Amino acid sequence: MKRAVERHLNILEFTLASLLRRRAKNLSLLAMYLLVIFMLASLLFFVTALKREAAIILSDAPDMVVQRLVAGRQDLVPAGYSAEIARIRGVTAVRPRLWGYYYDTLNGANYTVMASDDPAVKPEWASIGAGVAQSRNLAVGDLLPLTSYDKTPLMVEIGLIFPSSSNLIAADLIVISPGDFTRLFNFPNGQATDLAVTVRNPKELPTVAAKIASRFPDSRPILKSEIQRTYQSIFDWRGGMTLIVLASSLLSFIIFAWDKATGLSAEERREIGILKSIGWETSDVLLLKFWEGVVISLTAFLLGTVLAYGHVFFLSAPLFAQALKGWSVIYPRFQLVPVVDAYQLALLFFLTVVPYTTATVIPCWRAATIDPDAAMRY
Amino acid sequence: MIELSGITKSFNGGKPNQFTAVDNVTLTVSPQQITAFKGPSGSGKTSLLTMIGCMARPTSGRIFLRGVAAAVPFQQEGVDAVEITSLPERFLNEIRRSTFGFIFQQFNLVKGITVLENVMLPAYPTGEGRALFRARAESLLEQFGIARLAGQRVELLSGGELQRVAITRALINNPSIIIADEPTAHLDSKLSRDFMEIVGRLKGEGKSVLIASHDPIVFDSPLIDTLVEMRDGTVTDSRSCR
Amino acid sequence: MRRSIQFLLLTATSLTLFLLLPLHARHAQQQSGGDIKQQMAGLRNLQVTDLCLATEARYTRHPAMADRHAPFQEHPLALEHFPSGSLILPTLPARGTP
Repeated sequence: MKRAVERHLNILEFTLASLLRRRAKNLSLLAMYLLVIFMLASLLFFVTALKREAAIILSDAPDMVVQRLVAGRQDLVPAGYSAEIARIRGVTAVRPRLWGYYYDTLNGANYTVMASDDPAVKPEWASIGAGVAQSRNLAVGDLLPLTSYDKTPLMVEIGLIFPSSSNLIAADLIVISPGDFTRLFNFPNGQATDLAVTVRNPKELPTVAAKIASRFPDSRPILKSEIQRTYQSIFDWRGGMTLIVLASSLLSFIIFAWDKATGLSAEERREIGILKSIGWETSDVLLLKFWEGVVISLTAFLLGTVLAYGHVFFLSAPLFAQALKGWSVIYPRFQLVPVVDAYQLALLFFLTVVPYTTATVIPCWRAATIDPDAAMRY
Repeated sequence: MIELSGITKSFNGGKPNQFTAVDNVTLTVSPQQITAFKGPSGSGKTSLLTMIGCMARPTSGRIFLRGVAAAVPFQQEGVDAVEITSLPERFLNEIRRSTFGFIFQQFNLVKGITVLENVMLPAYPTGEGRALFRARAESLLEQFGIARLAGQRVELLSGGELQRVAITRALINNPSIIIADEPTAHLDSKLSRDFMEIVGRLKGEGKSVLIASHDPIVFDSPLIDTLVEMRDGTVTDSRSCR
Repeated sequence: MRRSIQFLLLTATSLTLFLLLPLHARHAQQQSGGDIKQQMAGLRNLQVTDLCLATEARYTRHPAMADRHAPFQEHPLALEHFPSGSLILPTLPARGTP
């Protein structure tokens, strides 16, 4: 047993000496490999964490949201609809929702404005998200002037700023009373942006939706399951961002492995010949190459993953922020709750470390099995 | 003692470019002696030595090792010699590692690593403790007067220094038989004579030395015990020089 | 210290860190569990349907609410709001409704 350990250690020693001979080349190889793993692992952590958040947050979404479409575009829903829908069997409540977007000319930001029936939300009073507060430099007690459609200002007093830990829900939110909402947007009376429908038995949702759709052909019911599925699929591997990062990482990866897999240089072949001639067996040479592959890929994998974790969960993924942010003025700095998906990490390991090590060992097979006497003739 | 019986080595058997390097050689190499193999290039000296040194298998014929400690575990019942030609690869390697030390014509040292690492290389896969063989390597370097070169890259050494490193490396696993293939090919006369002196010392330590050479400084040396002449793969003469 | 031992120590350290990640994650999840419930008390009533990720267009801010028409109102490639427009696809209909 001890002999086996010593053998491994000694061969590993030579592997390291061998790698250090071309220090610059191997360090840059390690760095690139680490970068690829870093990007992939970051994406993995980011996406998994967001999916988890989405699942938690959206569990509070309405059972069904009913929109109205005119000529294929979303239009306002008349109050009459809600009365009729409430009469459908299985429906326990219908709440007309008032919400929309407000464009702030001062900083070019878009806010989401929602009206709330909560008695705590008084007239000329607003709760705002941390992103809004930061963007307009507002504190509790300040006055925020909002410009209504007829150009008259609506002043609201900031009564509450949502904590930044709720940024994923509320970063760009302004919550005001329904009366203020109507005034701000010159919203027609008796209309709503959409309807939030609550159903007694979730299994009946598709039935109720079908009934609504047949009673109101211009309606578009959106089920809670569809809402949740939207977010699962945005961060799916087929989604835009994931696909781009995945594709480019895999491509870079193939480039490294290609360099290794296309065979040995004459120098490497000669060296293997020398090793065979001084008493190294085929298995020893293969072990050498195995360690070579493992040293680089395992180091890259472990460090890359750990760094990715820090990047996403301690630094809030600044690299992805740019991609998601786009032209948004308000980009919520959200602190994601760490999630580790063991299955996907294992998959990452098998898709990177294993192929790379294999690509390092296999091409040497031929060279490693040469007869020592052939080596003697170099 | 090494006994060869009807050893033949041919390459590309059955093909039009079949080439017989060694042809039906029967020979006995005595232990603790210096045996020189003389002959022009292409006479089969190198092929013969590789087969004796358990590096290659003959196409036909048998090789027996008698009195070789490392081969004893593979001995058959009631026989006091080991026939190595029929041994599996793994056992052959084990015998080779602990019995033979090789010195090559081109030295065959690994570039980019230090002299000390080069010397220790043959010991790496044996599973021996590093401290042990490192101590041995350092004392060997001392013995051959090149201890000061231990940390140097081999690219920077002179011919004579390389020769000594090659010899030291051949000795790292304490072999009882040294095989040298054209060891003086890249050395001047003085260094060649130095080499023969070292060989004499090794014999004095109880080792057997087999040298293939067409250098007169080697085969005319008074230290040689047995001279084997070869031509075209056969032994034309074999005589004791004592 | 031998190089091989140094390397193995480095690997052992990174492996330890690596194995600590899920533990840290679990710990953090338990910590935040309480927070979310609390802070969401006021927000839960709003019953939001989307996460606030990209705020520059309707269909990037509320992808679950957007229809397929919304992105194309600006530009077929959604270049107006690149890259988020290209990254966030509108929801797929379940039953053939637009």
